[in-house]
Amino acid sequence: MNTNRQHIIVIGAGPAGLEAAATLGAAGYPVTLLEKENHTGGKLKSLHQLFPGFRPAYEVQNYLDGRLEINVAQVITNADVISVTTENGKHKVILADGQSMNGDIVLIASGFQVFNAEKKEEYGYGIYENVITSPDLEAKLKSCDPLTSANGTTPRKIAFIHCVGSRDQKAGNVHCSRVCCITGVKQAIEVKMQLPGAEIFNFYMDLRMFGQNFEELYIEAQQKWGITFIRGRVSEIGENMDGTLQLKAEDTLSGRPMKMNFDLVVLLVGIVPARQTLAIGKSAGLALTSGDFLAASDAQLSPNKTTTDGIFITGTCREPLSIAETLTDARAASVSIIQYLNERQKKSECI
Amino acid sequence: MKDWGYSILKGRQIDIENNDFSISRFVAQHEPSFKWCIGCGSCTATCSAARLTGFNPRKINLLIHRGETTNLAEEISKCMLCGKCQLVCPRGINTRNVIQNIKRALNNCHAL
Ligand SMILES: Cc1cc2nc3c(=O)[nH]c(=O)nc-3n(C[C@H](O)[C@H](O)[C@H](O)COP(=O)(O)OP(=O)(O)OC[C@H]3O[C@@H](n4cnc5c(N)ncnc54)[C@H](O)[C@@H]3O)c2cc1C
Ligand code: SF4
Ligand code: SF4
Ligand code: SF4
Repeated sequence: MNTNRQHIIVIGAGPAGLEAAATLGAAGYPVTLLEKENHTGGKLKSLHQLFPGFRPAYEVQNYLDGRLEINVAQVITNADVISVTTENGKHKVILADGQSMNGDIVLIASGFQVFNAEKKEEYGYGIYENVITSPDLEAKLKSCDPLTSANGTTPRKIAFIHCVGSRDQKAGNVHCSRVCCITGVKQAIEVKMQLPGAEIFNFYMDLRMFGQNFEELYIEAQQKWGITFIRGRVSEIGENMDGTLQLKAEDTLSGRPMKMNFDLVVLLVGIVPARQTLAIGKSAGLALTSGDFLAASDAQLSPNKTTTDGIFITGTCREPLSIAETLTDARAASVSIIQYLNERQKKSECI
Repeated sequence: MKDWGYSILKGRQIDIENNDFSISRFVAQHEPSFKWCIGCGSCTATCSAARLTGFNPRKINLLIHRGETTNLAEEISKCMLCGKCQLVCPRGINTRNVIQNIKRALNNCHAL
């Protein structure tokens, strides 16, 4: 390893941070990976099976952890970054416990947070027991306990609501979260596998099946699993006396309003910028996108570079991405950092 | 040419090249958010008039955008201007003001 090489600090050990740290470590750079939780993996850690192929999430987690073990010098957990400042070209990363660390390069990979569904009062999350979110359902599926309604009975009618907190000006988010359509299809199939007798309805505005094998999974949901897709955004959910839920939407393709009763409703919550990431971005003087994600200096040509020299961004802190896209982005960010350091080295040699 | 034994019913087709867009233009001018609709149906789902009659605010807006305004005055009279639709619109459209401007456009018909 070249000891002259520059010290790189990666913030966040989710899929993005793990892949970037391993890639940069393998290229010989000293890397420190800071993670605020006591474990690595980020959101991946709480997923059950991944779209579109139902691969167990732990397989990807094990791969990432394994790669990291071989390639990286230092992983620090319980390291909660609150700000990043820059002085004389050196970056200082400050933790919540008051400690700090200096680096030549900082790569922010601090991910996203899910939309807080309680903000959409008309859907009753946090008020009606049988309204849950997609991460709630993911946790239930992961636990391998049988899926039940709040009163312990087996749900027979289940609805998935798309675009909860995304594409919604009132919720303050204009952007599409990209992964929730395919998550809705994946989870609908998983529920149907577990409860073959259940009727499942997905309410959507547009189905965005952009990825490899996404459209195929949608077709499978219709043809093999008999899941019904209704094109209409749910306007409100109310609770019946018996705890079941009444849902209102327009079936726009038939042009008529409809109401339906369900035993369980799953809200496909969107990907939104994490509050703490915004604070870090602010401390480092970074620009934000129109949707308040961390912005690149040029979204097309250098998506991982920021407007501050030496600070890079990768993964879902910059836009909603699937895991496959996140990993690709992390490798792209790594190449971008290596190029940047090589150029800087050349310049300093010239002087 | 082969004679298939039937002809296309002209009256069913949306004749977008020849339709009259004066109402659409008037509404868009006075309430620009009229143009932001993505046809999600939330307004119709929540509309009290839609539950009881065949009234459908989403469809009315769409038809006006296409220049289809037959029976518009009768349809729009079913709206009670309660404003519920506005509370649920994900595009933040001022749906109530849209309807008021449709009414204005209809009243001003001769001036258009
Ligand atoms: C319900 C749901 C289901 C999904 N299912 C799938 C699926 O099946 N397949 C798929 O491809 N994708 C899926 N996704 C998307 C997937 O979760 C993301 O692509 C992936 O987690 C993005 O990785 P990331 O590293 O960018 O962010 P994250 O997973 O959010 O990781 C960020 C990491 O940074 C840490 N961190 C944050 N702030 C700080 C700080 N200030 N200091 C230190 N550390 C910090 C966090 O603790 C976390 O470990 C799903 C998403 C949701 C919401
Ligand atoms: S991916 Fe689908 S559910 Fe998610 S915000 Fe986009 S359109 Fe809505
Ligand atoms: S204002 Fe008119 S269109 Fe809107 S909900 Fe009330 S009755 Fe329906
Ligand atoms: S709720 Fe708004 S966006 Fe949806 S159909 Fe009605 S006017 Fe259009």
